[in-house]
Amino acid sequence: MYTQALDSQGKEPVALPAEDAARSAHFQARVDAEEKIEPKDWMPEAYRHTLMRQISQHAHSEIVGMLPEGNWITRAPSLRRKAVLIAKVQDEGGHGMYLYSAAETLGISRAEMFAQLLSGKAKYSSIFNYPTLTWADVGAIGWLVDGAAIMNQIPICRCSYGPYARAMVRICKEESFHQRQGFEIMLTLARGSGAQRAMAQDALNRWWWPSIMMFGPSDADSKHTAQSMRWKIKRFSNDELRQKFIDVTVPQAHFLGLSIPDPQLRWNEATERYDIGPIDWSEFHAVLKGNGPCNRERLEARRAAYEAGEWVREAAAAHARKQRARAAA
Amino acid sequence: MSNDWPLFEVFIRSRAGLEHKHVGSLHAADARMAIEHARDVYTRRQEGISIWVVPSAQIIASDPGEAEELFEPARDKVYRHPTFYDIPEEVKNL
Repeated sequence: MYTQALDSQGKEPVALPAEDAARSAHFQARVDAEEKIEPKDWMPEAYRHTLMRQISQHAHSEIVGMLPEGNWITRAPSLRRKAVLIAKVQDEGGHGMYLYSAAETLGISRAEMFAQLLSGKAKYSSIFNYPTLTWADVGAIGWLVDGAAIMNQIPICRCSYGPYARAMVRICKEESFHQRQGFEIMLTLARGSGAQRAMAQDALNRWWWPSIMMFGPSDADSKHTAQSMRWKIKRFSNDELRQKFIDVTVPQAHFLGLSIPDPQLRWNEATERYDIGPIDWSEFHAVLKGNGPCNRERLEARRAAYEAGEWVREAAAAHARKQRARAAA
Repeated sequence: MSNDWPLFEVFIRSRAGLEHKHVGSLHAADARMAIEHARDVYTRRQEGISIWVVPSAQIIASDPGEAEELFEPARDKVYRHPTFYDIPEEVKNL
């Protein structure tokens, strides 16, 4: 999920000098033994760089993810819904913070990561490039998008890099309220008036396929999966996680009395899982390339927030300098 | 931005009787801001009753490359563990 962009690009690994080859072998032995790698441990440069990219893109996804839902804070239908939505969006901000913190342990600064996001160089999860058109979208996001995120994040709690694994444990604890909040919204709408039911169905129609695509390209098209799995950064393949998500979510949709927008969706008695129709990968690649419905808007919002906040950051730093000078005098 | 806002490591005591545990890091302009940000980032669900923030540059860490030598002295002192000693079963309260 957070390797969506990594999965479909990249160079072949470079041959290592002899000394590094020995240390790499020792490193791989540690990973194979399920030992955690910590910030000051020796690690192959490729491992460090892959993690820097993945963790920072994961962090960017959390921060950008605040935008589609933040859009509905002023229009939440009740005070309770508003307070809950604010808490969820705050959590996403906090998750970004945990992840930037983990990424920094690898040797990249927060300023550099922000520069990569704001310049468009760094990617974030494709899902946040879709608009939230109705209140039901907030429910669909909590139920499906956070649901997919949970599916992906639980295995990462056991990834080989200590700080990333620990950040994931904190995040997973907080994520389950997000999914329940979303499902509760869908349930309320599904049990409501005809117009509310229709709104819920419409949101499901628009969010189902993008949520399925969150898991990234199919295994056959994911060049980097093998190396990520060998390094125990990734524990399950894209298709495995996608299938798990579908099998768990379809019964939930049935409970809601809503239909999944896939005429080819079918329970397969032999394999005991749901078969689905074809995924439109051209849409996925278009969104990754920057041509989704909201890519430009998301980046502009982030840039505007960063620029508008500059005076606050400078004022805080100036105040701190003044206080230090006074204390020294 | 982060050039003027140094990195702080954050430690939280979750309840009285427990020690402060390392939970992560954050950037802040000064100590007060670091405490308040730590409160916002790491205690949204009442995870803490006390916060320590330490400028990361102030932390001195042992070198993992040196770990073997540094921790070697304890390796052959298994007699520091109670299980090393053979006490007859009939003896109580030992």
